[in-house]
Amino acid sequence: MALDRMKAPLIKDAVDFDIQLKPYQHFTLNNGVEVYSYEGGAEEVMMMDLVFFAGNCYEEKNWVAAATNFLLKNGTHQKTAFELNDHFEFYGAYVNRTCYNETATINLHTLSKHFEALLPVVSELVTESNFSEEELKIYQQNQLQRLTLNLKKSDFIANRLIDEYLFGINHPYGTYSTEASFNNLTREDLVKFYDRFYKHGQAVVFMAGKFPKNMQSLMNKYIGALPLNQQALPSYAHPIISAATKKYSIVNDASSVQGSIRMARRFPNRHHPDFPGTQVLNNVLGGFFGSRLMRNIREDKGYTYGIHSYLQNHVQECAWMISTDAGKDVCGATIEEVYKEMAILRNEKIDEAELKLVKNYMLGALLGDLDGPFQIMNRWKTYLLNDLDITYFNKTIETVRAIQPADLQALANQYLQPEDFYELVVY
Amino acid sequence: MVVRFKLIFVVLMIQFEKFQLANGLKVLVHQDTSTPMAVVNVLYNIGAKDENPAQTGFAHLFEHLMFGGSVNIPVYDEPLQRAGGENNAYTTNDLTNYYCQIPAENIETAFWLESDRMLSLAFSEKSLEVQRKVVCEEFKEHYINKPYGDAWHKMRALAYTNHPYRWMTIGAELSHVENAKMQDVKDFFFKFYRPNNAILVVTGNTTMEQVKTLAEKWFGPIPAGEAYHRNLPIEPVQEKMRSLEVHADVPMDMLMMTWHMGGRFDAGYHETDLITEVLGGGASARLYEQLIKVKQLFSSIDCYHFGTVDPGLLVIEGKLVKGVSMAVAEKAVLDEVEKIKQELLPQKEVQKVINKTESIICFEDMSIMNRAHSLAFYELLGDAEMMNQELEKYQAITPERIQATANAIFQDRNRNTLYYYSKN
Repeated sequence: MALDRMKAPLIKDAVDFDIQLKPYQHFTLNNGVEVYSYEGGAEEVMMMDLVFFAGNCYEEKNWVAAATNFLLKNGTHQKTAFELNDHFEFYGAYVNRTCYNETATINLHTLSKHFEALLPVVSELVTESNFSEEELKIYQQNQLQRLTLNLKKSDFIANRLIDEYLFGINHPYGTYSTEASFNNLTREDLVKFYDRFYKHGQAVVFMAGKFPKNMQSLMNKYIGALPLNQQALPSYAHPIISAATKKYSIVNDASSVQGSIRMARRFPNRHHPDFPGTQVLNNVLGGFFGSRLMRNIREDKGYTYGIHSYLQNHVQECAWMISTDAGKDVCGATIEEVYKEMAILRNEKIDEAELKLVKNYMLGALLGDLDGPFQIMNRWKTYLLNDLDITYFNKTIETVRAIQPADLQALANQYLQPEDFYELVVY
Repeated sequence: MVVRFKLIFVVLMIQFEKFQLANGLKVLVHQDTSTPMAVVNVLYNIGAKDENPAQTGFAHLFEHLMFGGSVNIPVYDEPLQRAGGENNAYTTNDLTNYYCQIPAENIETAFWLESDRMLSLAFSEKSLEVQRKVVCEEFKEHYINKPYGDAWHKMRALAYTNHPYRWMTIGAELSHVENAKMQDVKDFFFKFYRPNNAILVVTGNTTMEQVKTLAEKWFGPIPAGEAYHRNLPIEPVQEKMRSLEVHADVPMDMLMMTWHMGGRFDAGYHETDLITEVLGGGASARLYEQLIKVKQLFSSIDCYHFGTVDPGLLVIEGKLVKGVSMAVAEKAVLDEVEKIKQELLPQKEVQKVINKTESIICFEDMSIMNRAHSLAFYELLGDAEMMNQELEKYQAITPERIQATANAIFQDRNRNTLYYYSKN
């Protein structure tokens, strides 16, 4: 029989897959720090995430949280920045640090066999960092140069401004660095923040991969003996103050050949009942390569290299964002097409076949995203830091499986109203 | 997209089996039953270096056209997404690689899709017209609308006088892609996108039997093409130092230097790789420590190479601290380079970069996707089994061998320098 290439092979619908989020293990260190772990994988590698509640929502002066986090690794009372880095790199390990809004992390990726040699020095970063004037000066100088460079890029400016419009410049989600932020940093700011939010801070640990047999006792010896989780965190209130004006057009570089377009509206956090359903609607709109925005604006019109929509990953409140860089002469047309796609989602029920495709894509991608110990732990980390549990995972899957065209249309009518959207083009 | 194939290889022995179809398609299978997923990876032995100098950017343009529908399947993505799969592709100067990740139960969908586009594209005028525009926007986004975006265009053209590495995968100029005609596109396709010029790798939750059956069924009937004999112009040995000055609207001065290095098959390749680690691999590397931290001449500095198959370039590039003169910065870089030529590296430093290499290997090896890419790449080089021998090659490297390689590469007559000045 001749091969019929027009006919697709039979598939098992991803909606019929049994998708499980495997449970984590949990133990508590002597100082009360919780450790969540997932052991598995074929390679002798592991990762450890020390998460401190030391994000920029705790800072009293702009950029102190980020600068403290960055300079953790730039010298302790015992070792210079070079000695620290040389130690980590000698063992082929990666020690990264990242500052977010609520939290800030020290992250270790290493071959499992070197964990014991590395952990004491990671622990040293939590209590012994010294924030020398010299290191701070180099940081300020290089960050200022980096900022000057970034301010030449329309996408960088667009990302900052859209967050400012949504949350307000004084909110942790809306704030950003200026020349003054770097110039005004002092060693005292960093030492004080470090002492309060790292050395005597609140922490939680996430680990994944292959662990050495004595992992728990090592953790207790080097992390469990630190003065963490003894003081309650200060309370804070950051009211969201959105901009009154909704539409902006900014010329950053008159010779620019493209415009960076951002369109966004405020959106509730993951605890809101509409969140899982809106994730499906977001995928239909602009969440993947086969989305309507991508098919229309890239694949049909060729206005852009890519256009995406997504729900931001915030704890307090999110935003629904549409983001693209388009040719200078077609920015207006691109925005018009985005609103057209919103109108179609409000006015017409999505076709069953398209919805099924989106459902299968989402669940297939989820299956792939949960493949491997690091991926499983990362998913748990997001849930635990957002105060969610397995019921959220199960509810999300249930929603993707069960949601109907009428539900999506209702969500579109509630959340895809043009007057709710901020609109920005930076040329 | 530029991909660094720098250190993609594995510590654990990656078991695989290999066979070839009658039409010349090579097939490799690596089974891993611990995952519910499978990866289907098709590497085509066609990179930007195979392009006609008057029609550059074609290999990359194809990366776009390959998603614009094939002869029997109007849209590539939809059936894949319906089966819960995802895909992407990348083009380098040496190769083009297409890959899907899909729930293993639906693996046949990937065979069906990949084989149909190997059979023939749809060659729709509409798709060509749109993708020409999309690629032009990509060009603008990455190379025009970004400060220093043109630096690599200029450096490649400076460093290579003859070999086709002198243009980037996106193309030497926008007009080559803008003027692409349907007949050119068809000719390009039937010359390069043939089973005898491709390597199929399947990794994940599958079996040799399943892959054999599916490969025969879907790829077996595709006719072989004429064999492609690569006969690229050879880059003559550089006899004299070359340099270029650029003045542009950028916020700070940048210094970029390159030296010609060996290709993938040349002695000294692995040593060169370690030299870039010693100089530029992380916050304890020499350039970072000496030039950013101690002397504070640069705000950022990096040392790397592209891991190309043919003789490539070792690169040092950095942005100068405001107020530092180009001459001072250049001399400081050359002093570090001179040190590595004159003084034997301490054994501990060599051990460090070998340890780092081992670690990179282990982490890269975690996903069935990376294993598929590596198997395909090493098979392109001649034998996928080579990926299992890489770490040994690094472990055998001595300080003496690194010094000898440094002395061979870091010669003034072998150097190209781009002085990229801020007009402000």
